[in-house]
Amino acid sequence: MPDTAHEQPQQRQFYPYTENGGTILAIAGADFTVIAGDTRQSEGYSIQTRYAPKVFRLTERAVLAVNGFAADGNMFVKKVKQRLEWYRHAHAKEMPLRAIARLIQTMLYAQRFFPYYVNNILGGIEEDGSGAVYSFDPVGSYEREACRAAGAASSLVQPFLDNQIYFKNQTPAPGTPHPTYLPLPDVLAIVIDSFTSATERHIEVGDGLEMYVVLAKGRSIEELADVAGVQELTTRADGDRMFVIQRELKKD
Amino acid sequence: MATASVYSGPGFDFSNELRNSFLTDRGIPLPKATSTGTTIVGCLFKDGIVLGADTRATEGPIVADKNCEKIHYITESIRCCGAGTAADTEFTTALISSNMELHALSTGRKPRVVTAMTMLKQMLFQYQGNVGAALVLGGVDVTGPHLFTIHPHGSTDKLPYVTMGSGSLAAMAIFESKWRPNMERSEALDLIAQAISAGIFNDLGSGSNVDACVITATHTEMLRNFVKPNERVQKERKYGFRRGTTAWKSEEIRNLVINEDIIAHTGDAMDTS
Repeated sequence: MPDTAHEQPQQRQFYPYTENGGTILAIAGADFTVIAGDTRQSEGYSIQTRYAPKVFRLTERAVLAVNGFAADGNMFVKKVKQRLEWYRHAHAKEMPLRAIARLIQTMLYAQRFFPYYVNNILGGIEEDGSGAVYSFDPVGSYEREACRAAGAASSLVQPFLDNQIYFKNQTPAPGTPHPTYLPLPDVLAIVIDSFTSATERHIEVGDGLEMYVVLAKGRSIEELADVAGVQELTTRADGDRMFVIQRELKKD
Repeated sequence: MATASVYSGPGFDFSNELRNSFLTDRGIPLPKATSTGTTIVGCLFKDGIVLGADTRATEGPIVADKNCEKIHYITESIRCCGAGTAADTEFTTALISSNMELHALSTGRKPRVVTAMTMLKQMLFQYQGNVGAALVLGGVDVTGPHLFTIHPHGSTDKLPYVTMGSGSLAAMAIFESKWRPNMERSEALDLIAQAISAGIFNDLGSGSNVDACVITATHTEMLRNFVKPNERVQKERKYGFRRGTTAWKSEEIRNLVINEDIIAHTGDAMDTS
């Protein structure tokens, strides 16, 4: 019997991407920035690990949160860190935040037709001492904002932030306009509530919460004194200061 | 008199089938049903059957209900855990519960677990898997304790310990390592709680609380929220809004009191003699 199998059209495919859940979020204050992410990594209905960081310290004053396809995210952070190290060797200083933002745009767009399957949020302190958040799409479109949520539960968290940070759909009381920036304790409370609430209603969010806080040079750290689970990451005494706060989230 | 417009035949109504298939052909997908991602289990012990279930209901990755009930009533001494399409598990168990009651009334006997199992599998087979109910049926009757799984296409298994739903592997891992014959009631309840907890913590489709149900020859005990390992922590802030927060475009106040002028009647008084 003749072998006719090869006359039939055959199709094979390999899909190199997967979605690993989780959510990230960043809020800028007048002289500080908070960048946070949950620590669950999942695929489908399975938890791969309850602790996989999505938020990374880049420099003394810059933090990058990466969400989407974890393998791409980790590789991307690795390459950004490498470029920042080369910059230090070439210029004997840290790259400024706005320059890191532009670098990330170029690196993402370089992969325009085989993208890093990730949403990036860059947070930190600008050269003028102001808090800043930059958010990126997977191919490098970016914008400086006061706050941004990304990842699995972004559609749950972003509307909450629009209401509580930008005061959308809230008429101010006569004679008392809404503040442009919220104080640090309020921002931390909103971040924690965002994540506990997302954990309640999204199955891919939970396990742990990691919040990075970057404070501008000379700013008081008083508001962080009585916060549970704070750890200081600052390495230079005369610069901006960086802290990480770790919290537990529900594990179901 | 024409009464045809109010009459509807028994069973499912397929009158939208033609329209819906036309719509799907035009690229408008059917709405997605709520699924009970679910871990459900059951096991045999010394005096009868213990059933267990988690309490999370999902719509894709979103939690639709944090504390739903998945252990359904069939008869006093027969209960059924449901996984799969939430509406299908609710309606099939309710229908079979009703038919079991009628069956008990017409035979004058306490109905058996196999009867419920046969009714469920025949119905599910008839619908060729389109009724998406995956069930764990357990109970005690005159012939003793019985435990079954029923798959959406109508196949059944009879085993001493069973699990179903997306968390079935996590729960079965517990049973395979810890179940033994003739366990005490407290041991069996503890095992069920462990099996469901394995689903709650390791399967994203399952979550919140553990429901349990102990069925013995003389008594059935429904233990709703038997274990609550996932209480929400207190929020950091209060989210009350100041009066006047919501903007409005126009305001209209209507007077709902109807005023009527009453003219005094001056004629002769009514004859009440």
